Formats: sequence, structure tokens, C-alpha cells
Amino acid sequence: MKKITSLLLALALVFTCAGCGSKGGDTAGNGDADVKSEGVMTYEEYVAAPLESEVVIEAYVQAKQSWWENKATVYTQDKDGAYFVYNMTCSEEDYAKLTPGTKIKVTGFKTEWSGEVEIAEGATFEIEEGNYIAAAQDVTSLLGTDELIKHQNKFVSFKGMTVEAAGQDENGNDVAFLYSWDGSGQDGDDLYFNVSLDGNTYTFTVESYLCDNTTDVYAAVKALNIGDKIDMEGFLYWYEGVNPHITSVTAAK
Amino acid sequence: MRRSRSLLTAMLFAGVLALSGCHGRAGLNAFEIPQEAALTGQYEITFWAKNDTNKTQTKIYEKAIADFEELYPNIKVNLRLYTDYGKIYNDVITNIATSTTPNVCITYPDHIATYLTGVNQVVPLEGLFADERYGLGGSEIKFDSPSVEEMIPQFLEECEFGGHYYALPYMRSTEACYINKTYVEKLGYALPDVLTWDFIWEVSEAAMEKDEEGNFLVNGQQVMIPFIYKSTDNMMIQMLKQKEAGYSTKEGEILLFNDETKALLQTIAEHAKNGAFSTFKISSYPANFLNAGQCIFAIDSTAGATWMGTNAPLCDISQDKIVKFETEVMPIPQFDTSNPQMISQGPSVCIFNKENPQEVLASWLFTQYLMTNEVQIAYAQTEGYVPVTNKAQETDEYQEYLSRSGEDNKQYYEVKIKATKLLLDNVDHTFVTPVFAGSASLRDAAGQLIENTVKSVRRGQDVGGGYMEKLYSDTVSLYRLDQIGGRGSQMSSEKADLGKLPVTSIILLVCLAGAWGLIALYVLFKVVKNKRNHP
Repeated sequence: MKKITSLLLALALVFTCAGCGSKGGDTAGNGDADVKSEGVMTYEEYVAAPLESEVVIEAYVQAKQSWWENKATVYTQDKDGAYFVYNMTCSEEDYAKLTPGTKIKVTGFKTEWSGEVEIAEGATFEIEEGNYIAAAQDVTSLLGTDELIKHQNKFVSFKGMTVEAAGQDENGNDVAFLYSWDGSGQDGDDLYFNVSLDGNTYTFTVESYLCDNTTDVYAAVKALNIGDKIDMEGFLYWYEGVNPHITSVTAAK
Repeated sequence: MRRSRSLLTAMLFAGVLALSGCHGRAGLNAFEIPQEAALTGQYEITFWAKNDTNKTQTKIYEKAIADFEELYPNIKVNLRLYTDYGKIYNDVITNIATSTTPNVCITYPDHIATYLTGVNQVVPLEGLFADERYGLGGSEIKFDSPSVEEMIPQFLEECEFGGHYYALPYMRSTEACYINKTYVEKLGYALPDVLTWDFIWEVSEAAMEKDEEGNFLVNGQQVMIPFIYKSTDNMMIQMLKQKEAGYSTKEGEILLFNDETKALLQTIAEHAKNGAFSTFKISSYPANFLNAGQCIFAIDSTAGATWMGTNAPLCDISQDKIVKFETEVMPIPQFDTSNPQMISQGPSVCIFNKENPQEVLASWLFTQYLMTNEVQIAYAQTEGYVPVTNKAQETDEYQEYLSRSGEDNKQYYEVKIKATKLLLDNVDHTFVTPVFAGSASLRDAAGQLIENTVKSVRRGQDVGGGYMEKLYSDTVSLYRLDQIGGRGSQMSSEKADLGKLPVTSIILLVCLAGAWGLIALYVLFKVVKNKRNHP
């Protein structure tokens, strides 16, 4: 009985630890997670592949962003790098199977949209044996450097950053976050907030499709105060520059 | 970071089917204007509004609600904001099924056509327009409401379909071509009086020339997409209109998949193949490329004008990437310069029916409030929008606003006011596409033809041979266009025709009729018998 309970607890941990409010961790079930199948690219080969060329990759789902009309958008990663898969063909039934850690083989076309390199809409996938959840890689020191983009789409962390004013409210008072990029939104929309390090300020986002207003991270960002020192985790998304999609915010340790 | 890609790009016909599947169940009673003392209770209505991810627009909505509630303290308006018409559309469809639609909703006529497949869901407005007390300019209205005659006729007509007015226009825009004039001239060209497709293709091809290091000669950068189109559905629709080629009939017959469309796609493919043309869905916002000196012709809504140009008040790219250039704003390119044609678009407002007609009346009053000069002028100034009433357009306030073009790069941003004037000068050259249940899907399909063709050539695929036939058949299937034209395309607030009765129902009815017939015969027999027995 204890064994069954332990197994269930372990499974529950696997299913819940990635995504919003997660603590990523390397829980790869085996040591050869990145041994690619026949005809599948390594991450290095994927990076080298020209835009608009066909790519075949194997990776592990780290978080699901959205599903609509048989199209799923997911963050995936292997031990070497990450792949953002935008609107791949996916039934609702299959989408339910894409729990964090699930290994998938994706066939599609590599493309770029506003700086975000991704596997384009219409890719197909199949679920394979294997499980891996990436630990958040600390990229704090890479902010503002050309090195950062090499980690695009990875699950990453930022440590010891300071919350800055994101804008002003109706009375002209500084606020720590905005609904939508300019404050034009409402509860439930994307949250935008600014954090600084060494005199440089960066805009981070809680993407509402990835982490909606019922998640811990959404509540945590709404509770931020200017001057707070925080640690964050999230996915290193790109839109005309780095635009991390934050999935967890905690007080800096 | 202003905007991200909509995740709800596919507005499939499923919504229509889902709603038409409800044809047999009891719907709401048709709305009738209350004759007794009106608006004596407390009413709470919801308003689903769309903004262009623009804080000023949000504030205008909020102020309009506050001002309205001051005039009508017994009506509370709850605002729900959207930045995407597709999301509103999908949420409305979901809420029709659960009878939780908003009271007032910003929308497109194409979408209303789908809502109408439910029974009495959307209120026909012509009766309300004309009501002496509460109609447009009515005697009981507590604010300066425009009369029907003060609405711009073309814009109002766009809200009439299926024999009824199902909406009021809220704002109107069209598309504009935002041009890096500096680069056009650097390439040795002068902008013509009327932009043509041939001119744009020619200049775009000229801009593709590179130096030995792979930099484009015109901008010295590694990136140049000379021509980017934001809304490819509009692109195809306008090209077909200009060519006088088929798109659809008013009755919902689909004509899109014709030889002219194929020819247009082949031309587009030719220029997309070497990167001279791309789209928003494939590359990103035209404004981002234009402002970075990586695009020469950016076609987007006039309601996107504040993002366009070196001095644009709104911008997504970092300051160090912005290139200095002169921005020209022109109508979209034409095939026939003597007969320019451009789309009329922009938000409209519809009212959803409710059990309580007083609540509907409250919704109607608020809808009218959105037509007042205060709201119309303020909102129109946030982007390259045009007010939908003569009353607002002719005010000194609005005329002064237009006259101050270029005074600053905020309120009087030159590109924005040029875009506004573009529509004001061309209202007679605008058109809209026929509205019917499924017309939203057809619109998506029109854009998808271009998106798929461009993607294919960028990926080195051959678009000759049987490519177009397969593209047509795949698109018809994806958008279920083969199901349009039947019951789903009916557009009426009345109960839909339920079709042929099932056999079991016919048998039952025959049995019932037979039973009643036998009863009648028996009664007749008894009457005759009694008469004979009692002469």
C-alpha cells in the first residue's frame, strides 16, 4: 500500500511541478533522454537549420500554453535546448495527454516571428516513451548580453531582481504592474511588470494563456510592490527582444 | 510589448453549426418596445467592448459609462474589455448557449450573422431607431442623441442585413498603405497619385537587391521585407472587388474559389518566393518592420496609424532600432486607378435580447450614448478612426482636431490624422462584403489562401500544377464552406424553418387526426340518432 501511495505521490509531483508556480527539476527518468531517434535532429542541428526548412525534433513538454480548435502551443525542451511549438495540430484528447515531462516527436517547419524562433503553425507530433522536466537555468547574469538569446524558450530563472514602476494609475501614482502592456486591460489579461538589475530595467510578462488569473504567479505579481526583491522562473520567450513569460515569483532568497 | 498573436485566429463554422443545432428549442420572445412607463426599476447591463490595446480607449469607455450612469442612476453598466474581435465572437457563441450573453457588444456584422442563427438573440433596431420617446434623437432621451439622419448613411447601411438593422456603427476605418517614401525615392521611384499593385510589386522587387555581404542596398541591413500586409483576408477581398471578380453573393453563395483568385495567388507567390512580400501572421506586425527601416509598404488599418512611422507615439521596437524616414499615407493599391475600391471596417454595436424588455431598453439607451459627440470625437482621435455621425464630424472641435495635423506626435500625430482624412475623403469608394451566416468563415478562408500560398513558396514548395486545386479543397474543408448556404446561412431573428418532419412525428400526427376524426364521426352519429328519436 505504501508503495502505491509513494508512486501516486511521485506521479502527482511530476504532473504538478512544471508550469505556473512550479519549481523545475531534473526528473528525467533515464540517462539517455537526448539520444535521438532515427531521422531526428539534435538541438545543435535544429539551431543550424535554416528558417523555413523542415525540422524533426524530439523534446519534452515543459508547459502548455493554449489549445484551441485542434491547435496546441507548447514549450518543450531537451537537455541541450528548448523549442517553442506554436499551434501544432493536436486534438483535445491528445492535448490532455501532454502533461509536463511528456516526450514528443514534432515534425514541422522552423520559422521566426518577431525574433521568436519556433516550430510553425501546423506541425504534427507523436507521443513517445520518456519523461524529463528541465531544471530552471539561472540566466540572471546573461541579461543584456548577446549570450541570452542562445537560451531562447528555455525554462530559466532570474534571481535577486528589483521591482520597478511599470506605469502610473489614474491618479498618477506609480504602480508595480499593468494589465496589458499599457494598462489598457483588466483582470484576466496579461500582466506586465518591470524588474531591474545593475541599473538596467527589463519588462517581464505573465502570459494569461500560459498562467491565467487563477494561478499563484498571477496573484503574486498583483501583490508586488515597487522595490521588492524577487526571484522568478519562467520561459525565455522573445518578442522584439527578450520577453520572459514568468511562471513563478517569490521573495528573493 | 503591445500585442501578441491572437490564439483565436480560426473562427470556424462550428459556431454556426452549434447555434443552428438549437433551432428546435424555445428561444427568447421577440423584443417589443415597452409601452408602459419605462425604466422605473434598477437595471444592470454588461458591455463587452473592444479596444486596440490602447489605454486612452479604455479610459474613454470608462468615462462614457460614468457619464451615462450619472444621467441614468438606475442603470449600472459593467465593462468587460477585449483586445480581439475573435475572442468576443467565441465568447458570445459560448454565452448564447448558456443564455448569458452581454447586453451590449462591440462586434462585426459578419459575427452578428452567426449570432442570428440563435432564436431572437439579437435585437432588430429599426423599431428602436424610430421610437418617438426613446429612439435616435427621441424626446425622452436625457442626452444629445443623434437622429437617424445624423448617422453617416453608408456606415448605417453596413449594419442592415436580412431585412433588419442589427447594429449601430461605432467607429469606422479602412486600410491604408504606410510608405517609407525616403526609400521609394532612394530606389529611383516617385510615388504616383494613385498607388497601383504593379507599382508596389515593382518597387518591392527593386528593393531586394543586395551587396556582396548580403546586406540590402536600400537599407544596408540584413533584413528587408519591402511589402507586408497585416490582414490578408482584406487583401484578397479588396483585390477581388477591384477586379470585379467573385467573392460571394448576398444570399451566401460562395464565389471565392475562382480563376481570378488563382491568378492573384500566383502573382503573390511570385513576389513572396524571394521575400519581397510577407504577412503579419508569417513575419510580424508591419509597423515593426516599417519603423526599423525593414519594410517600404506596410498595409494595415487606419486604426493602426499611431504605430506607424519614425515618430509614432506607440512602438514595440527599441529606440535604437528605429530608422528616420518620411512616412506617406496612401489608400491601398488599385488595379483600376479610375475606380478606387477599399474596404470599410470598424467596430459596430449590437444589443442582445433579454427576457425583460426594460433591460433591453436600458441597453439601447447606453448604445445611443456611444453615438454622442463626446464619445465619438474622443474615441475617433485615439486612432485613425472616423466618427459615424455627421453631427460629430461637423463640430468645430472635430474640424479643429483635423486642422492641427502634425502639431505634435501625440494627439495631432500627422500619420494618424492623414489616415483619418484618407477615409473621410474616400467614403464613397468604400465597400463591405455580404453578410450571412458563415460569412466570417469565408473571410478567414480568403486570407488563408494567401497565408498558405506564401508559406508554401517560402518553404520551397511548388505552387504550380495541382497546388491551387488542393489548396481550394483543403480550405473549403477546413472552414466547412461546403456547409454554408443551407439552414445555417439563414439570417433572421425569427424561428428557423425546422425542415421536414420526422416519419415518427408524421405517423403520430396522422393517428391523432384519425382519432379526432373518429370522435367527430361518433358525435355526429349520436346527434343524428337523437334527432331521429326526438322529432
